[in-house]
Amino acid sequence: MSNIVVVAEARGGKVKRPSLEAVGAAVELATSASAKVVVVVVGNDLAPAVEELKTSGAHRVVAIESPAFTNYSGDGYAKALMEVIPGLDAAAILMPHSAMGKDLMPRVAALLGAGMVSDAIALHFEGGRFGATKPVYAGKAYQKAMADKSPFLATLRPNNFEAKPGSGSAEVETKAPSFGADQLAAIVTEVVAAAGDRVPLQEAKVVVAGGRGLKAPEHFHLVEDLAKAFGPGKAAVGASRAVVDAGWRPHREQVGQTGKVVAPTLYIAAGISGAIQHLAGMRTARCIVAINKDPEAPIFKVADYGIVGDVFEVLPALTKAIEAATKH
Amino acid sequence: MAAAFSRGRGNPAVTDRLRARPMNIVVCVKRVPATDSKIKVAANGVSIDPTGVEYVLNPYDEFAVEEALKLKEAAGTGSVTVVTLGSAESQKILRDTLAMGADQAVLLRDGGTAHDAYSTAECLAAHIKTVPHDVVLVGKQAVDTDNGQLGPRLAGLLGLPCITEVLKLTLADGRFTAERDIEGAREVVTCGLPAVITTQKGLNTPRYANLKGIMAAKKKPLQEIDAAAVTPATTVTSLAMPPERPPGKVLGEGAAAVTALVDALRNEAKVL
Repeated sequence: MSNIVVVAEARGGKVKRPSLEAVGAAVELATSASAKVVVVVVGNDLAPAVEELKTSGAHRVVAIESPAFTNYSGDGYAKALMEVIPGLDAAAILMPHSAMGKDLMPRVAALLGAGMVSDAIALHFEGGRFGATKPVYAGKAYQKAMADKSPFLATLRPNNFEAKPGSGSAEVETKAPSFGADQLAAIVTEVVAAAGDRVPLQEAKVVVAGGRGLKAPEHFHLVEDLAKAFGPGKAAVGASRAVVDAGWRPHREQVGQTGKVVAPTLYIAAGISGAIQHLAGMRTARCIVAINKDPEAPIFKVADYGIVGDVFEVLPALTKAIEAATKH
Repeated sequence: MAAAFSRGRGNPAVTDRLRARPMNIVVCVKRVPATDSKIKVAANGVSIDPTGVEYVLNPYDEFAVEEALKLKEAAGTGSVTVVTLGSAESQKILRDTLAMGADQAVLLRDGGTAHDAYSTAECLAAHIKTVPHDVVLVGKQAVDTDNGQLGPRLAGLLGLPCITEVLKLTLADGRFTAERDIEGAREVVTCGLPAVITTQKGLNTPRYANLKGIMAAKKKPLQEIDAAAVTPATTVTSLAMPPERPPGKVLGEGAAAVTALVDALRNEAKVL
């Protein structure tokens, strides 16, 4: 029987939620493909992460542990995975479409001579073949591709598959790599955490995004205030390409094609007209709210709820109302 | 005095650095639909209908070309070679990069094969292995397939270190130091040369080609060769429009509508 392998991401001793989602997706895929789920995690001091992964729904957890892996190294982690994966009879290999997954998985795919779909939103097992569906053209279309050879690799969009923590009890195996830190070519020397308790845009449950309707960069605090009103660690601030290109906001906040694609539970677009590039980046949000003074703005076509009005009037009122609503 | 110093006269360390070996850079680029294109599915159900679509150099590749030109200028000597895998239709984007300042271009003819990320990387790596490459620069992803696999795949096939989605790049004493954004933090990564670097928006401001550059580009070498014969590892079985969102409702005008909105978010959409 073959295995579905999940490469989990542990940072600071914790398993990040998208990795648990990937295990959840693997368990589902394994059921239709009559396979088992093996989770592989690379790092140092992995005990707490392994403990969490034991009950993630996987059948087996393989931890590749070494002080050399205290910091991430794309070539080092790939080399470590290549010492383990060929012995795992992997039919499919999954990892979150995170900064690490995007950097690591294509390298592993190349070393395995395998096909891969990035940013998958659905996984398939049909007629003995694995495959995946992914958004292309930043979400303007969905492309389904099936693997012609084995193994098949995919990175999975966060916030899109269901995690099933607290299920099963996996057997655990800890291995050491055959090489040390001197074999690593690219090394992370420093990780500078973002100021404050800022939530990563792509992991946030709520995204409040602002556009040209805010008229000047100094008015963006209205957007930040609304994000804060949802409570700590809940909401992130996004921006349209127009205001990023104008230098009002940093590029890491840009939502849309040539920016980030987000799929939060709630997306609030304030003073954003809804250019096609922007819509591509947020149309898979579960609920979309648009606030714009132009009733003809294209953003209203994708919004579940709209308010026609001035952001300078609506945003402060909404901030107050959300503060009140999240208090009880 | 400052000028004399920067030229390294009388300063052995600086003179040494100026005598550094030439910087030979390979940039991989792709022809893609412009980001404001309307996408329609072709009759075959697996690709887009190209009618009315404007094709351009992938926006992230512009940052790669610009960074290559800057690295070569800083080294004072070397070459920038731009490579693409495609058909004769890709000549235009290659000429665009030559007009920006690249020295030569190579079109690897795909012979009509529908390449995937696996076979694209195999074809490009097979060519890059045959030419000098101190640095390979690639846009962080192409805005058509949005895969973002090429950089790390090339690095794996060429046995090189790789830094992806780079926002800041410095070269000192034969090592790159790069900054990249990860979830909620910024990573500083270092590696030696040769290396593969993928470029993110924010790294630089790509230069516009001027008239002189456009004229010069016409005389620069654009070589066409058949790509290695590699069979893709995946097949696209369908391309479809995303599911339509059900029509929404406008709850009212101005701040007066806020109460209705919060009520709808809590009781109807259940997202609060």
